[in-house]
Amino acid sequence: MTRAQAKEGLARAGFAAAAGICILAVALICVFLFANGVPAISEIGVADFLLGTKWKPGNDIYGIFPMIVGSIYATAGAVIVGVPSGFLCAVFLSRFAGKGVGRFLSNGVELLAGIPSVVYGFFALMVFVPFIRNNLPGKGMSLLAASLILGIMILPTVITVAKSALDAVPKRYYEGALALGGDHERAVFGVVVPAAASGILAGIVLGIGRAIGETMAVVMVAGNNAVIPESIFSGVRTMTANIVLEMGYAADLHRGALIGTGVVLFVFILLITLLLSAIKKRSVVA
Amino acid sequence: MRTVAGAAFDRVRPAGTRPMALLQRGLVYLGAAFAALVLVGIVGYICVMGIPELKPSLFEWEYNSNNVSLMPALVNTLLMALLALLIAVPVGVGSAIYLVEYAPRASRFVKLVRITAETLQGIPSIIYGLFGALFFVGVCKMGLSLLSGACTLAIMVLPVIMRTTEEALLAVPDAYRQGGYGLGAGRVRTVFRCVLPSAMPGILGGVILALGRCVGEVAALIFTAGSIAAIPNFVAEGPAAVLDSARTLAVHMYVLSSEGLHIGETYATAVVLLVLVLLINLATTATARRMNKGVQSD
Repeated sequence: MTRAQAKEGLARAGFAAAAGICILAVALICVFLFANGVPAISEIGVADFLLGTKWKPGNDIYGIFPMIVGSIYATAGAVIVGVPSGFLCAVFLSRFAGKGVGRFLSNGVELLAGIPSVVYGFFALMVFVPFIRNNLPGKGMSLLAASLILGIMILPTVITVAKSALDAVPKRYYEGALALGGDHERAVFGVVVPAAASGILAGIVLGIGRAIGETMAVVMVAGNNAVIPESIFSGVRTMTANIVLEMGYAADLHRGALIGTGVVLFVFILLITLLLSAIKKRSVVA
Repeated sequence: MRTVAGAAFDRVRPAGTRPMALLQRGLVYLGAAFAALVLVGIVGYICVMGIPELKPSLFEWEYNSNNVSLMPALVNTLLMALLALLIAVPVGVGSAIYLVEYAPRASRFVKLVRITAETLQGIPSIIYGLFGALFFVGVCKMGLSLLSGACTLAIMVLPVIMRTTEEALLAVPDAYRQGGYGLGAGRVRTVFRCVLPSAMPGILGGVILALGRCVGEVAALIFTAGSIAAIPNFVAEGPAAVLDSARTLAVHMYVLSSEGLHIGETYATAVVLLVLVLLINLATTATARRMNKGVQSD
């Protein structure tokens, strides 16, 4: 083997090794999460862990059902707040905006995507929470506050993905609708939006993934009571919040239960990732 | 290709007069107005409340509970991001090169890399934090440190860098590669001399995106890098200082906010974070513009 061949072979091996690191990382994350979480879950009992409604680490009672419900409620709230406005804003940017307004808003959405979650959380803590406390029932820190800020935080995701799906619809679809006598609105909502449906759906699912995994902003405003919320004005604790609140001092089975919470969250995220790739596979346009 | 007639059609947009059309148009404008309101509301509120709180004492080198200085956290943020990128960029760019330039498109290995990269992209930062705490802090015995935090962040941003690099490499015309081979260069040399330079703006865009995620991250760092509000002492300890705990700016802001004692300083920290994000965004836009120029001149 010549020196040049050796060099080529070495480079190839190096690049392949770099590519393998992704696989290694996912494997390690799975192994460490499951190896530390699953024994704790089985010690607590799968049913007691997943369906138990009491979380009392002091008494060694670890039921994460309120947190699972909390995560689902907060995410549903975020979808209600963020998806309709995000979708409509994407339609605006893709098909209605003039050049100047469009560029301003697109840059703005990019900026929103970059704002750290602590800043969102702090904003909600200073604006939403006092507003709810003063004008609505409850103490302010609530499912409502968490849903509002999560809805705002998934806006950029929904807008960006939906917009690129709408942009990718071939021009002849729109022109064909106009040629058939439709006006701009009918062409957009009757033809372009349905053609981009799977891309828009992908944006929504991606947003759901963001919302369910969001931690800091939720911890700051949700109140974090480990009980199933009675109304949108009561405090709520999500799975992510459960981990971040107690991981700092937890030991033994308590620590294992928190990692187990991480395992459940991870499974949720894996399901969302699967759903997403199923949607992408079906999509024709994007 | 864009025809003249098509371009003209873009501007026609015959607005409907049906009630339904009016309703739809109204809703679309309302959605856009909501997004604009959110943007202006959040950025404006933070600026109005935070800018008056920006005092020279916030930028003193040493943190103590009187000055609540954010300077050490700011320096730590840059150190942390730099270290994370030092790890993630070679790996991310290398794997993208493998996927685009070397691997057979349909190989099982490539498929697996893609699936895992997609999975990594969806994992929430708190899971990365848990993993970092178990693996880097625990098993690797690196403790709560700059290095543990940077390794955790590196895995988190790896798919971002990989994906953008891949797109940038795919956008390089094949003529460049053929040119390299035609001049007798080997594969490695062709990649480094012909393909990578013209993909550079795209790669840079990915790196800046990754930088943005590093700057704003909290959940992945609290249990891996800890929250000591001092700059690791590289002068006294040498490179071993990467094993010191270090609080980044976003973590600093979270700590301040949960203590609740220094609301003014928290606003000021938020302003500094926003400025960082804005700078990062401007850099992204600038590289994107350069990239578009490059494509058009081909």
